[in-house]
Amino acid sequence: MKKSILLASLALAASLQLGSAADITGKVTLKGTPPPEKPLDVIKNDPGCSKLIVEVPKTRFYAVNDKSELADVVISLKGVSGKSTGAEAKPILLDQIKCEYIPYVTAVQTRQTILVRNSDPVFHNVHPTPTVPGNKESNKAQMPKAKDLEFTFDNPEMFLRYKCDVHPWMFSYVSVFDHPYFDVSGQDGTFTIKNVPPGKYTLEANHRKGGIVTREIEVKDANVTADFIVEAK
Amino acid sequence: MPRNSENPALKRFTVFTAVSTLLLLCIGGLVTSHGAGLAVPDWPNTYGYNMFFFPVSQWVGGIFYEHSHRLVGSAVGFFVLILTFWVYGKKSRAFIRWGGVINLLLGLIVCWKYPQQLQNGIFLLGLGIFSILASFVWPRGEMEDKRLRRLALLALFTVTIQGILGGIRVTEMKDELGIFHGTLAQMFFVLICAMALIQTRFWKRLEKSHQMDTSGLRSIYILTTIVVLLQLALGATMRHQHAGLAIPDFPLAYGAVWPDTSEEAVASYNSRRLEVRDYNSITPFQIKLQMVHRIVAAVIVVLIALSFWLTKRRLGGRHSLTRFAAFWMFLVVVQFFLGAATIWTSKSADIATAHVAVGALTLVTGALMSMVAFKVLHSNSAVESSIPRFAPVAAK
Repeated sequence: MKKSILLASLALAASLQLGSAADITGKVTLKGTPPPEKPLDVIKNDPGCSKLIVEVPKTRFYAVNDKSELADVVISLKGVSGKSTGAEAKPILLDQIKCEYIPYVTAVQTRQTILVRNSDPVFHNVHPTPTVPGNKESNKAQMPKAKDLEFTFDNPEMFLRYKCDVHPWMFSYVSVFDHPYFDVSGQDGTFTIKNVPPGKYTLEANHRKGGIVTREIEVKDANVTADFIVEAK
Repeated sequence: MPRNSENPALKRFTVFTAVSTLLLLCIGGLVTSHGAGLAVPDWPNTYGYNMFFFPVSQWVGGIFYEHSHRLVGSAVGFFVLILTFWVYGKKSRAFIRWGGVINLLLGLIVCWKYPQQLQNGIFLLGLGIFSILASFVWPRGEMEDKRLRRLALLALFTVTIQGILGGIRVTEMKDELGIFHGTLAQMFFVLICAMALIQTRFWKRLEKSHQMDTSGLRSIYILTTIVVLLQLALGATMRHQHAGLAIPDFPLAYGAVWPDTSEEAVASYNSRRLEVRDYNSITPFQIKLQMVHRIVAAVIVVLIALSFWLTKRRLGGRHSLTRFAAFWMFLVVVQFFLGAATIWTSKSADIATAHVAVGALTLVTGALMSMVAFKVLHSNSAVESSIPRFAPVAAK
């Protein structure tokens, strides 16, 4: 009897806890005209990669659509730390397809596994180049169809660069947080940060080239909407 | 007993090694210019293959530059080993034979005990058999003179260190080692060229020449050569930071005589960089480093022009040192424009590599000129002390 009361109390407490969290949603748009993207003509010189493409890809500095909705912006809560659940979180996948890293920008928690796959029929080397002390640089060969490589990072870092030195146009940027309150804007510029506990926060939108925009928000019981405008540089 | 006569074959082989070293420097330059230093993540193997077994079909992209650099580096190392054995004449036979036996045994052990390293075992076996056979046909000549033997040993030591440095730079991913590797390469090139110079008839003819150095030419040559070496080290530092062009314009710097290096300005420079290759972000230090490189370049142009002018005035237009100085002047002018072109072409790999190669030739010219100057020019005191003096006969 005592045991069931205890379990019921715990369940109630848990549901209250869940009930008190809210989501932060929003959209990122780009103001101004971004500089034109550059074609990756160098890919044509590579006999392996050139066979995989139909048209020459371009750089991906500003992934913006006709409605000025901006992708690849990392939105996160500032001032939150030590809440990482990365060790238990589902791994994220970074794939090498047609000699490009997909996705270009992503985000993980500290100690969350990053799986890197080679879906190409060519050699790649997977070379993360962190700049924050404690995050280890490594450089691993990955043959075609080889087993996925696993990486984790212990410390928060924005836009930790993955590169391939065999194909010097291949890059991907992984932002590492020590909490789960972040998202990366999608093709339509939208983002959702789930289950944010009540409180006052600074919400930051960080674009690799457009820079940082912040907003003060307060999370109560209901979901919060926060849009951002990033200026093209 | 050291030989006294000339050894034209050895001289030609030394020149061949020097030319190979310049080629190696150029390929090394291409590796850095293409950002391919880490395109092959393992060392001494290449993607798990023994480097000599790596399939040619896979020499693509960054692998092509890095793998070619390793192969040409190995070839230069081998040439220096032959050079060292050669200067020791018939005495080397035993080393070659027993070295071959050791390689053969190691190869057998590797093939037998470590079948997954079969390619490395086969390589050792092949090298062992080749060395043993070579020991039977190795020339029975006498040793070269002591100076050449010492230089050969130094070259062998340097090329070994250089190879290991290059390997550790890959496995440890340390840019600092790359800077040292790049600078030591230049010094090694000087060493091989010096070995070639002292075997020439030109050098031997200089023995008889004695002139006083009244204009301090030797000091100017040495000083300028040291400044050139420092400049090359600065260049290696800039290249191995993999930050692309820290300043994208020339002769101005971000539109100013001296660029703004405040935190806000540097953040703005970085956000405006939209290159296909995502270089490391530039820092105020890198901007200042490039400014120092520009200033030192101007100082070198002045020093070499001064060297040329003083040499011509003091020794005349037909003196060998004047010809050397004229060639030095030509090189530094070419180098200055290559430096500018490196910026104007947004660090085009070919131009940047030509800048490295002409830099190496500028250093070698200065070093060889200094050697010649120390041979033919003498300080006042040295000349005075070399004149036989007779004590006056005391009056009785």
